[in-house]
Parts: sequence; structure tokens; C-alpha cells
Amino acid sequence: MLSNQEVAEALLEKFGDQVFDFEEPYGLLTLSTTREEILPILEYLRDHKTYQVIFLTDLTGVQYPDNTGKEFMVVYHMHSFVHNFRIRIKVSISEADIHIPTATGLFACANWMERETYDFFGILFDGHPNLTRILNIEEMDYFPMRKEYPLEDATREDKIDALFGR
Amino acid sequence: MKEVTIVEAPQGHSGSGFFATSFDEAIGLARSYSLWPLPFATSCCGIEFMATMGAHYDISRFGSERPSFSPRQADLLMVMGTIAKKMAPVVKQVYLQMAEPRWVMAVGACASSGGIFDTYSVLQGIDRIIPVDVYVPGCPPRPEQIIDGLMQIQYLAQNEKLRRRNTDEYQELLASYNIQ
Repeated sequence: MLSNQEVAEALLEKFGDQVFDFEEPYGLLTLSTTREEILPILEYLRDHKTYQVIFLTDLTGVQYPDNTGKEFMVVYHMHSFVHNFRIRIKVSISEADIHIPTATGLFACANWMERETYDFFGILFDGHPNLTRILNIEEMDYFPMRKEYPLEDATREDKIDALFGR
Repeated sequence: MKEVTIVEAPQGHSGSGFFATSFDEAIGLARSYSLWPLPFATSCCGIEFMATMGAHYDISRFGSERPSFSPRQADLLMVMGTIAKKMAPVVKQVYLQMAEPRWVMAVGACASSGGIFDTYSVLQGIDRIIPVDVYVPGCPPRPEQIIDGLMQIQYLAQNEKLRRRNTDEYQELLASYNIQ
């Protein structure tokens, strides 16, 4: 069984101060890194002889509109089948420079995950082979998951629960 | 022998050996009792329509014996279920491929108004892309309601003037949807 401590120490030894903000919510090893180091870290974990964190479970975005200079975050979840070990890696980027290198070179499944993240958050993955919308219509000219739209008018009467038998 | 109900004859003049009526009436009668629906079912309302097609409710009693799963020869487009914006061009294409005269029925809250899915990805009612004749409320509507909607369409078909689809008003309606 792989311990969080062991992996965290190995990452610190290899990447030094490029990995930071270690946390352990609900036992899930969580850390942050920079745009420059994310691909080497993913590759290191994937190709590690004993850890074998070979599966990219999920890749998605988060937005923190009030976090100036770090408005967006890309989150990578990885999983080692051999040890049943999970790890979460976060990268913060700014809205002014909303670019991050693509992970498609390391994981083929990152292809559509990154397309989805672009579709909903507008995060640009540099080097992606086909960065187009995947779920929404192509004509859409906004990113629906961004926190910049007003909430629904609470006083509207055209779609109240009673009309739907609720 | 069970009594069989027969459709009443349209208004007209009858005498010994002849019956005279207008084309409108005769053709309206024929059209209304041979509506071929094209079920465009995407969600729960489509399941409700399947119940309507079953033996108990038997939508075939209305002469719509063949639910046409192709626009060919279909008269009545029944849109049942949520239409996402991505699906909208498909609905419109199916409508365009149907020949006149054609009627459209929006079954259920989603097809009529977007329903509870008040969101960026769902078309808020199919009447934004194609003209609709009858709206069936409900979430989902019971088979009786779908049958009632079909009877409303029959009423429309019976009382429609033969030249209605050549009128400027109808052409304007279609033009407002960018059709033709």
C-alpha cells in the first residue's frame, strides 16, 4: 500500500519548490504546481517504476473569480490501479493568460477532457490537436460554466413548481 | 354484434342517388382520419407516447395506423421530449422534409417551452424553430392528453381550407421561421 507521505516526499525531492500547498482532505493527496512543471510531474508519476500512476481519471477546470491573478484552476486526478492510490494535482492560471500545455501527449484520454474544459471554461490547452467544443453547439460564443452570469430572476412566474406537478 | 361508430358525413346536399359537398369538406374528412404521425421522441414524453401506441389506448383508432418513422408521407410531426439546442437543426430538417399539408404537435412541457430545463443548452420551446399547431401540456402528459391533442389536430385538418397553405399569411408565417 502506497502512503501519501511517501509519494509527497518523492515529489518534493524531485521537483523541490515547484510543488507546494500539500493537503490531505479525506485522505486524498492534493498538491499544487506550476504551468511549467505540470507535464513533467504527470510523466514522472506515470512512468515511475513502483508507483505506476498510469490512469488519468479526470481533468477539469474550476473558476475563482475573486482570486485575482489566479482566476482559473486546472485540476488533474490520477489513479494507480496497482496500489489503488489516488492523487490530485492543481494548477492555477490567470484569466489574462489562460493557457496551459496539453496533456494529450501523455494521456490519449486527455483529448476530450481538455475539449470539455475548453468548452465550459474557455481554458486554452496549447498544442491540443483539436481544441473545439465537444458538448455545446459550435455557434456558442460564451463559456457557460464561468461565474459571470446573473442568477435567475426569483420572482418569475412562468415556470413555477406547480406547473410541473412538483 | 358490437355497434360500430361511423364518422358522420360532412355538411352537404343529399338527394336520391347523390350527395354533394365541397372539396374542402371531403378532403378535410379524408385527411383528418388518416393522419400519419411522425413521432420525434427524445425523452419521457416519448415513453408516454409508446403507452399511447399500445393496445390499451391504441392511437391507431384515429386512422394513424402507421406511426411513420420517416418524413415520407407523414402529416403530423409529434415532438415529444426535451429538444436541446444541438438537436434543433435535426428537428427542423425533419420538418422541412415533410410534405405539405403538415401539422406539428408539441407534446409536454419541454417541447412546448423548455420545461424545467431552463438552461443554456435547451431550446425553450420548439416554436422557436418551427410553427406549432397544438401544444399538449403536462410533465409528462397522460396518454389521454396525447389523444386529445391528436383530436385537436384532426379538428384543424377537418376545418382547414384547401387553399390555406397558399395564403400570404401562411407564407409569412413560414418566412418568419426562415422556411422557403
